[in-house]
Amino acid sequence: MDKIFGIYGDALTLRERRMNMLASNIANAATPNYKARDLNFGKAMASLADGDALDNSHIGYRVPLQPAMDGNTVELSTEQTQFAENAVQYSTALSFLNGRINTLRRAMTGE
Amino acid sequence: MPGSINSPMNIFDVAGRAMAAQLTRLNTTASNMANARSVASSEADAFRALKPVFRTHASSPDMATVDVERIVQSDTQPKKRHDPANPMANADGYVWEAGVDEPTEMIEMIETARQYQNNVQVLQTAKSLILETIRMGE
Repeated sequence: MDKIFGIYGDALTLRERRMNMLASNIANAATPNYKARDLNFGKAMASLADGDALDNSHIGYRVPLQPAMDGNTVELSTEQTQFAENAVQYSTALSFLNGRINTLRRAMTGE
Repeated sequence: MPGSINSPMNIFDVAGRAMAAQLTRLNTTASNMANARSVASSEADAFRALKPVFRTHASSPDMATVDVERIVQSDTQPKKRHDPANPMANADGYVWEAGVDEPTEMIEMIETARQYQNNVQVLQTAKSLILETIRMGE
């Protein structure tokens, strides 16, 4: 199965995980002392490719461009752009998967 | 209650509860604005701005939503004003205006609306991605 669908299944899982984290950051935009978190997608993907189980070692704290007085490190502009980018990349992984499924289907039906 | 201890939290709980918290914040701002010009006969009776206290509610390393922990009165002091003609004036002719800073409340309102909209956007994006995933392979 893994060879048929390549890395896109893993990519989708990680993209979803990252979407959850970015949504949490946006949800906590006004919470004092909340520290924005993000997933290092490249490193997480590499460790999945090595066959390692997914742990929390790829989660890091965002360094704010300009620290706020209340200790909150969520910057909505950053989070929004990252969220949008992540959503697009989720869609991309999904289209690659769909393409793969269509290829297999055509091969099986012999059209 | 969605996302309670028994069931795992999902992205809809995260954004939904954040929207509820922002709505509470908008309600307090509305109350503050409504009472901004009210007066009282004593400092103790004067209205003071209400402020929600936000607190993170984390269920896993990935997921964290926000709840309103409690609502407190702000420490903005009511303004003492000499106005003997006012029916609310005390024996010395003073009234106390509500301890509300209107520009601050306006800014709070705009910021709240903005952050509420952001959560709506998250919800819409998550919803369409999940629906797309459901249709995978069709």
